[in-house]
Amino acid sequence: MLIFLLRRLIQACFVMIIISLISFAIQDKLGDPVQQMVSMAVSSDEREQLREQLGLNDSFLNQYWRFAKGAIQGDLGTSYHYKEPALDVILKKLPATLELVFCAILLIIIVATPCGVLAAIKPKHPVSRLLMIISSIGLSVPIFIIAIFMVYLFSVEWNIAPSFGRGQTTEILGLWDSGIFTKDGLNHLLLPSLSLAIALMPIFVRLIRAEMMDVLQSEYIRFAWSKGLSAKRIYFIHALKNTMLPVITVGGIQAGTLVAYTILTETIFQWPGMGFLFMDAVSRVDTPLIAAYLIVVGGMFVITNTVVDLIYGLVNPTVRLASHGL
Amino acid sequence: MKIKVIIACYLVLILCNKVSATTLEIALNADPVSLDPHEQLSEGTLQFSHFTFDPLLRWDKSGQFEARLATKWQRIDANTMRFFLRRNVTFHSGNPFSAKDVIYTINRLKTSPDFRAMFNSIASASIVDDYTVDVHATSPNPLLLNIMAYVFPMDRVFYQGQDEIIKYGKTFASQNVSGTGPFVFISRELGSRMELKRNPNYWDTSSPGNINKIILTPIRTDSTRLAALFSGDVDFIFPISPIDIERTKHTPGIQLVTIPSTRILLLHMNQNRRQEFKDVRVRKAINLAINQSLIVEKILKGHATPAGQLSADRFLGHVNELKPEYDLFKAQELMKQAGYEKGFRISMMAPNNRYMNDEKVAQAVAAMLARINITVDLKTLPKAQYFQEFDNHTADIMMLGWQSDTMDSNNLFEFIVACPDDKTGLGAYNASEYCRSSLDDNIRQANREMNQEKRINLLQQIERTLYEDAAVVPLYWQSLSWAAKNKVKIQDIVNDQNHPYLGDLFIDK
Repeated sequence: MLIFLLRRLIQACFVMIIISLISFAIQDKLGDPVQQMVSMAVSSDEREQLREQLGLNDSFLNQYWRFAKGAIQGDLGTSYHYKEPALDVILKKLPATLELVFCAILLIIIVATPCGVLAAIKPKHPVSRLLMIISSIGLSVPIFIIAIFMVYLFSVEWNIAPSFGRGQTTEILGLWDSGIFTKDGLNHLLLPSLSLAIALMPIFVRLIRAEMMDVLQSEYIRFAWSKGLSAKRIYFIHALKNTMLPVITVGGIQAGTLVAYTILTETIFQWPGMGFLFMDAVSRVDTPLIAAYLIVVGGMFVITNTVVDLIYGLVNPTVRLASHGL
Repeated sequence: MKIKVIIACYLVLILCNKVSATTLEIALNADPVSLDPHEQLSEGTLQFSHFTFDPLLRWDKSGQFEARLATKWQRIDANTMRFFLRRNVTFHSGNPFSAKDVIYTINRLKTSPDFRAMFNSIASASIVDDYTVDVHATSPNPLLLNIMAYVFPMDRVFYQGQDEIIKYGKTFASQNVSGTGPFVFISRELGSRMELKRNPNYWDTSSPGNINKIILTPIRTDSTRLAALFSGDVDFIFPISPIDIERTKHTPGIQLVTIPSTRILLLHMNQNRRQEFKDVRVRKAINLAINQSLIVEKILKGHATPAGQLSADRFLGHVNELKPEYDLFKAQELMKQAGYEKGFRISMMAPNNRYMNDEKVAQAVAAMLARINITVDLKTLPKAQYFQEFDNHTADIMMLGWQSDTMDSNNLFEFIVACPDDKTGLGAYNASEYCRSSLDDNIRQANREMNQEKRINLLQQIERTLYEDAAVVPLYWQSLSWAAKNKVKIQDIVNDQNHPYLGDLFIDK
């Protein structure tokens, strides 16, 4: 276990170094940060001075070396726009994104599991067929269309949920700016988390269905039937447990998709989270913030994958970590 | 002293709570980069300056100057203007406003990288008495008042000693505000929310404004912003995308206000990159082949005014006879005469997120040029990358939009069509590399000419020369649109510079 975690840590370091190198290499292609800071009437001499002060005229290696030295001490540079350490800016926005993702995952689990199980147990039932049709549509319609449609329906036409922002937040323990403890905050969470969940729900419904159907054919289920166990126990304890194994794996991989979708969802709903921050940073060519975001997200990827592997071991003790996936 | 201020603030708070608070929730496409009014010369910063500061004078709706912190002004001689200041005005900090604050602000503007270019023409400012200031220009300057509209006096006692301007770092002035304006800064979360409350001691007691609190949310996505208004989450938004205009007009309970602006969109034809563009007949043909009215009608849904020159009609240089022309046959004739009947292939670049529908306009232009056998390789880029390419003059045809800071034609001429000169900064955005020394002489002279009539002649002459030379392709002047709930009386406070005077905004209860 310890060796496994240690290996993962080394792996994470490699991933981050590569990400930071790539994010540095593409900086020049993103545009000129100085142009974003000054008005159009500012002369090219003045711009040149500013560029010099920011160290943008140094060679790639020099700039990277400066960045790497800071990064080792936990300093990922200072955002041009926010004028604060990039890492602090991102961590301040982290709660908003995590709450959004958490609610979306919760929705996926609550909705997709029973739907998938139902579709597997009674594949011919009209409800199951309807579920399959809806999930195919869900897979093919892009998320921003769903989101815009939901805004139109829920906030403009019916006036049930607010159309943008996070609403009222409360501070928990002085660290976590939370929106899930007030009615207003929950109300604001509704549409963004729902559209994020809808983006990933179909794939899970289909996956759970397919896996479950597979498992239901296996020997031990037939044995359980003949032993006279109740249907509820067979479906939801014995079959579902084995169904979840590949689902967790895919879920771990999908965590990346989830991050990508938060960028879209947060932009549409003006959700003040990391994805929104990233889009903003790209349009402003706030290069230190872009690099820091990519590194933090890279870190999150490694962490979720590690956690998934650990859960794997808990669900199915026959999987041994040391020999698995490394 | 401090205790008194705190007690006063506390009493004000209690009093404010008793009054039924009128809150305005406003959503714009951007928020100010900094709270320091001198850090960046941008629309967001100037809007913010009008909320929390007051200018010496400001533009009213008819294009005249309106007295604000200066009650009147008079010209002493060709180089000097005297400003008489308003008495009994206090800053948000409680410090009294006087001539010293004006001098301090002008001197600080002269050190700001963004404002310096404009204020270089001001040699100095001197105190006559506590409420009178003389402003000395370096040379006779017809635009002195236009420039002074950018002076928003800052609280000298509050800022002094910690007033450095740094573009990429935290400064005192970028985090703290003390102006004389109608609203007092409360708090902000950069990029998501800013809160302001009414200044209880505001000097302008005749203002009809009745807003007690402003909550400003930047919403970048057009559809989200519009949905926020329709769902009632916000009261007032800017801008409205052209495709949404019809719908907004017909939504009950919502009003739409549109004003033509002076921002010109144009195309540069680079004469040094392309031999063909050196021929005035080719430039003329391109001008004739592009149908400005069609672009405005179809792509911008009438949300702009087709242009046949650079100066919008409120500018002195505007010549009424110069209308946008479209004549495909004549264009083809001219191409034939120039020996390019078979046409040629050129590159073109345009931004895709800077101006309203910029990418679609560029595509339409490319299609129109195909009619005179000019094949266009069009590339559109996000603004962050586009302007880098623009500075390097990477393509044969490049799109540019320009808003004159001084609300005067000459600012357009200086930046867009004067001969490029690194030393003087003239022609900094002249990607045509068009150069005519007689035009430059006129531009220089128009900067000094104090006789209004002669100056109008000069500016119109420049505009006519540009037309005859077909130096650039003027496309249109973009319009500005705001939408709000009916009870918010925005029509009286919006203007063609997009600096809504929220201090005077009235909301029906």
